[in-house]
Amino acid sequence: MEALLKLLSDNVAGYGSLASPLQYLLPMVLASLCCIALVALFPIVAVYAERKVAAHMQDRLGPMRVGGWHGWAQTIADGIKLLLKEDIIPSEADRVLFKLAPLVVFAGGFASLVVLPFGASVIVSDLNIGVLYVVAISSLGVVGIIMAGWASNNKYALFGGMRAAAQIVSYEIPAVMAILTVVIPVGSLSTQEIVRAQEGGWLGIGNWFIFKPVTAVAFLVYYLASLAEVNRTPFDIPEAESELVAGYHTEYSGMRFAFFMLAEYVNMFVVSAIGATLFLGGWNSPVFGGPVAFMLKSVALVFVQFWLRWTLPRLRVDQLMYVSWKVLLPASFVLVILAGALAVR
Amino acid sequence: MQVEAFEGEEMILNMGPQHPSTHGVLRLELQTDGEVVQKITPHIGYLHRCFEKHAENVDYPGVIPYTDRMDYIASMNNSLGYALAVEKLMGIEVNDRVKALRVIVAELNRIASHLLSIGTYAMDIGAFTPFLHCFREREKILDLFEWTCGARLLYNYNWVGGLSHDIPEGFVDKTRQFMAEFEPVIAEQNELLSFNKIFIERTAGVGILGEELAISYNVTGPNLRGSGVSWDLRKADPYCGYETYDFNVPVGQGKFGPLGSCWDRYYVRVREMEESLKILRQALDRLPDGDVQEKVPKKVKPPKGEVYGRTETPRGELGYYIVSDGSPNPFRVKIKSPCFTALAVLPVISKGEMVADIIAVIGSIDIVMGELDR
Repeated sequence: MEALLKLLSDNVAGYGSLASPLQYLLPMVLASLCCIALVALFPIVAVYAERKVAAHMQDRLGPMRVGGWHGWAQTIADGIKLLLKEDIIPSEADRVLFKLAPLVVFAGGFASLVVLPFGASVIVSDLNIGVLYVVAISSLGVVGIIMAGWASNNKYALFGGMRAAAQIVSYEIPAVMAILTVVIPVGSLSTQEIVRAQEGGWLGIGNWFIFKPVTAVAFLVYYLASLAEVNRTPFDIPEAESELVAGYHTEYSGMRFAFFMLAEYVNMFVVSAIGATLFLGGWNSPVFGGPVAFMLKSVALVFVQFWLRWTLPRLRVDQLMYVSWKVLLPASFVLVILAGALAVR
Repeated sequence: MQVEAFEGEEMILNMGPQHPSTHGVLRLELQTDGEVVQKITPHIGYLHRCFEKHAENVDYPGVIPYTDRMDYIASMNNSLGYALAVEKLMGIEVNDRVKALRVIVAELNRIASHLLSIGTYAMDIGAFTPFLHCFREREKILDLFEWTCGARLLYNYNWVGGLSHDIPEGFVDKTRQFMAEFEPVIAEQNELLSFNKIFIERTAGVGILGEELAISYNVTGPNLRGSGVSWDLRKADPYCGYETYDFNVPVGQGKFGPLGSCWDRYYVRVREMEESLKILRQALDRLPDGDVQEKVPKKVKPPKGEVYGRTETPRGELGYYIVSDGSPNPFRVKIKSPCFTALAVLPVISKGEMVADIIAVIGSIDIVMGELDR
């Protein structure tokens, strides 16, 4: 956003002489519009991609009709369908919470975009506590999930909501610990600082944290924990279809349901993008840097999420807790200690 | 100071009849303490269609379509048991071609049924891909059946005294081709699902059905064999010349955790498909010539009397008790359902398990509500 402001004041005559709040208004609006565009477009592409990836893994074709070429317009058609559907609120539901829940879930994922470093100067705001901000703001989603589960007045939704709460809270700890192993050597919480720390090295990739001993393991811990945080297989227990119908969003339909779906895909992107920022060198690349490299890395991690989802069965809720508290958490503690020891050396 | 034990409230959770994993219209009333299930009460009858009463009001061949509609996953095996029972009552001995063809369609149908069972079981556990792989193979079997008798699920193929159609020309080659394609799929399925760590964690050690418990509840079929009991009517009380085929009866071994777990029951089905392939190969090799309708009577009118015929369907022992009063309509047709006994044992073996495990147990006993409710 700062770069945009500079661009405007350099090129638009008289822009620099405007009152300071007015100066900031235009870049702010533009940046928000970009984020909204990303949030609206990414799920459309991702849902279509997931269907195609799943279909080819399962020896079928996936959507082939809508729009002509390989059914490219299928998700758009589905989106329009969801817009036009009747909005049903169960009569015994808590109306205020029921309506608010999808927005809260969505807001958590959306707000995380602020600190994602798409390129050297392509970032909405390079907060000096960027990583902490992401961890904090993405936890907002769990509040919305509990709200949805509770407000639906449905036992399956409540089960799903409670499971989600327990799961997300448990997995945040190993995820944060894994992130710490990167923050310790860099010495900054700013996402841009972390990316810059990974510049250069052997073949231009040698300084990426995934190629360093401690942080390589931390990447695995982070990735597993992030899968659980966004409720993807094998940790998709809160919305386990065969057990809980659809979990916390069982009672939702139409656009409110679409918001949960949007939030799910945005969150998938956000955790992958954080993973790419912290461990895969962000926008650094030996060939071409900038937003393209960043998006490619993020999308590659999203693809791995698809891949796992269509291959693995689902863990049981107690096994999930076991993995978090008895495997990932101790492992991440050890990693933090090792990272600290390497840093003081 | 006194500390009172914290006692949470129990919640009644109604699962089904419209639930994605109750395999039809089963309704379970779960009494849960958090995620742990304290008590299960199955409610059945949502698919009751008065088949036994209907059977009293139609003639003997007219019952066959009704038997098809009981266990719609394995119709060939259902009508086979009925046809055999009526033949026994009338003293009809069919020729070798009919016998061999009955074995072929029954075994093909067994594979199709087990494919559906293990495919949906994978989905219950949360893996979607094996489900579609299984359905792809099942589709090929249904195509073979459609080619033979025109129907994909409800065949009306096994008639009293014979078959409705002979197999079309080229059927043997097509079946062999299917078998060649299908055999590697079993190995693929094992790699993708059966020996997957998560799948084993979820199914081994869950829903333990001990040998004695299984026998006392009259659990039959793969569920009984999963508990380590080698009891298969094709061996124990052969029909259609099964005694002349060389095949094994796979039983559960308790490879991962206690014997009789969900994994054992699941894996027995996988291995039974291999055995079915073995039987199919022998039946196709020996297929004799003959007229499949040679012994079909003009008028099916058995003498006064009663008969009990039983066969090994993919779900276990399916028995028909038929009483004849000498008229063209049966006086009474009572069906002994293997699914009913399997469901009866469900509340016993899943007590104290978690909600997610209930799904695993229901899937592993492989019930079809159409046959259970009739």
